[in-house]
Amino acid sequence: MNPSMDTPMDKPLTDPHDAGHHAAPAGLWRWLTTTNHKDIGSLYLWFAAAMFLIGGLMAMVIRAELFQPGLQVVQPDLFNQLTTLHGLIMIFGVIMPAFTGFANWQIPLMIGAPDMAFPRMNNWSFWLLPVAATFLIGSLFLPGGAVSGGWTMYPPLYLQGGISYDLTIFAIHIMGASSIMGAINIITTILNLRAPGMRMMKMPMFVWTWLITAYLLIAVMPVLAGAVTMLLADRNFGTHFFDAAGGGDPVLFQHIFWFFGHPEVYILILPAFGIVSTVIPTFARKPLFGYRSMVYATASIAILSFIVWGHHMFTVGMPAGMQLFFMYATMLIAVPTGVKVFNWVVTLWKGSISFETAMLFALAFVFLFTIGGFSGLVLAMVPVDVQLQDTYYVVAHFHYVLVTGALFSIFAGLYYWLPKWTGHMIDERWGRWHFWLSAISVNVLFFPMHFLGLAGMPRRIPDYALQFADFNRIASLGGFVFGASQILLLVVIVKCIRGGEPAPARAWDGAEGLEWTLTSPPPYHSFAKPPEVR
Amino acid sequence: MNSQASSSDTSYYLPSPSHWPIVGSAALLLLSLGATLTIHDLAGGGLLLLAGGGTLAAMLIGWFGKVIGESQNGLYNDQVDASFRWGMAWFIFSEAMFFFAFFGALFFTRVISVPDLASADNALLWPGFQAAWPTAGPGLEQVFTPMAAWGIPALNTAILLSSGATVTWAHWALKRDRRGQLNLAMALTVALGALFIAFQAHEYIEAYQHMGLTLGAGVYGATFFLLTGFHGLHVSIGTLMLLVILLRCLRGHFRPDSHFAFEAVAWYWHFVDVVWLVLFLFVYWL
Repeated sequence: MNPSMDTPMDKPLTDPHDAGHHAAPAGLWRWLTTTNHKDIGSLYLWFAAAMFLIGGLMAMVIRAELFQPGLQVVQPDLFNQLTTLHGLIMIFGVIMPAFTGFANWQIPLMIGAPDMAFPRMNNWSFWLLPVAATFLIGSLFLPGGAVSGGWTMYPPLYLQGGISYDLTIFAIHIMGASSIMGAINIITTILNLRAPGMRMMKMPMFVWTWLITAYLLIAVMPVLAGAVTMLLADRNFGTHFFDAAGGGDPVLFQHIFWFFGHPEVYILILPAFGIVSTVIPTFARKPLFGYRSMVYATASIAILSFIVWGHHMFTVGMPAGMQLFFMYATMLIAVPTGVKVFNWVVTLWKGSISFETAMLFALAFVFLFTIGGFSGLVLAMVPVDVQLQDTYYVVAHFHYVLVTGALFSIFAGLYYWLPKWTGHMIDERWGRWHFWLSAISVNVLFFPMHFLGLAGMPRRIPDYALQFADFNRIASLGGFVFGASQILLLVVIVKCIRGGEPAPARAWDGAEGLEWTLTSPPPYHSFAKPPEVR
Repeated sequence: MNSQASSSDTSYYLPSPSHWPIVGSAALLLLSLGATLTIHDLAGGGLLLLAGGGTLAAMLIGWFGKVIGESQNGLYNDQVDASFRWGMAWFIFSEAMFFFAFFGALFFTRVISVPDLASADNALLWPGFQAAWPTAGPGLEQVFTPMAAWGIPALNTAILLSSGATVTWAHWALKRDRRGQLNLAMALTVALGALFIAFQAHEYIEAYQHMGLTLGAGVYGATFFLLTGFHGLHVSIGTLMLLVILLRCLRGHFRPDSHFAFEAVAWYWHFVDVVWLVLFLFVYWL
């Protein structure tokens, strides 16, 4: 495009402008200024781990309070702050950064690129997150405490809070900017930095799912920014977007929020599909069944995700025709999702299967995510949803999707790629303990919530009627075991980083893809020259 | 735009570690804290805002300065150029979605919430309220005059459309390497942008001083000021960007076949233009 530029284009990579790059600065300054996709990927993953600890501790307090009826551990106001922050931190601080960490580490390796398209912007995308996290967590200690109206930030309640409500709006803005820049980086990397011969329909499934996720992020994060900007204006600048007296409508916020919120659900699960679609073929020792249909299913889910937001607000008042539309559109998503589950199962069919920890988590994902998908279909039915809205059935549904779905896929991805990243095989024995303890306790934790919801227990309430006591006690016990089990994961990760059996370039004998052609760990710059893809 | 690296170049360009991103994060930290303190009338807010603004300006100048320097030194190859194109295109898409949220609010209000407030369902709550647009809503005392389309707004439409024409003229001049025409057309574009902002400021002053049209003038005032305000902000940023491009043109930057910074700003300017047309249609006119 610019052949007249006065520098010869055939200079090797190691020419002078690149020389300082190999002597990366040491210590903290390295991590603050790094432009390396692996460093930044690790930063994202460690950040997610730290937030998982904090958000998890909040969940432990919530389950301790709900262990028995009455108020024992925290007062209702703090309880509400904890449920709100738990939601915001787990979504924006754990699942999204963890997937972005995987994207940073893996996408350049998988497509044969040296790094991300915009390495400096990549650094900024990450280093905005600690700022936002500081606002969210720090707001607990401000006068009036943190935001307490739920992570969905509905007005008019949100309009009435104190200083931390404004700080949280800014935290959302900053996290949104981080996500948009990260997504632009990922989408540009995938579209422009693929090695010669890596056609779109040859890309690994994980890359495909992230391409579509990045598109969703760029499309809806600005909408969330707009929604919270209107909240900010209504709170502080005298506008009446959400105030009926001025001709506005609180329901308007819900429409804008869920126009963001439903694609956000797929932002949280599409990369999980990508990881599972990578792990299952490896340990079934068969290529992924129906690659093409997998790509089309992912794209269909993304497109449909823009026209189903109304199912989050069936009870706020909407014409019956709209309810019908949103109900059927929502149920339609079960078709491409079913295609995916079918393809995973058929990939296993007659495979030569082995059960490494990564595979165990991937298989658990298929079973348990499907439970979450089915309860979603139940909730899609308007008459049922009217009964179940804001009950523990909804809590059970989205925790099956996000914990046994998104989080389990993150575990699977960690067990799968840690040997590549660290150069050491993981300790499978500890891994299996982590898996079985997690997989059993997570069901003890969330499955009874279906019954609680069907019996009518409302969410976001610190106290409850006596008839809910037994199931709550069971759920809390499961929760404590699940929380404690995660210490095992930390042990496995630290052990793997510090040592262990050396990992060969192809750490798993069934693994396919460019990343396995590099040494374990890969060189600092993944591919200095584009590899040839046949 | 070929997604493969060009055949003349098989190596990649990788920037070295940079301190500008962390400076940018510090700037946003200071700005957000400063804004929060200012909103709540707490001490130190203004100071933090000032420090944050200064830090942000330093970051933008330093970071873009470095990129311009790298570009002038010929470090960027065709692949980097294509990355910039994808990046700018997706950034503009994200900006479009940001405006979409506010247009969505406007349409929802006009089509659903205002008629609903005047419906029989709400007759007891808001007796006598008639659905009409513009409105300050059923519960406010504020009386205001809505902004007429065929005064300053129509003039501003002409100004912005002309600036779109002049920036295209500048692009043609650049492609034919006619530097005199390029500088003239760019200067005209910047001047038209500044004129637009001046008229918009005048309109706002009129609205606040003589028309009773404020942010608090019900949902009409809210949608009017946030839509035109965010658009005006984008015009201001765009004019600043055009000014930088003008200064670079005067310094002899850009070649007829290699000038993506110019094109990126032109894309952005056309985007701002299109948003204005939608705005003129649905906020001012219809």
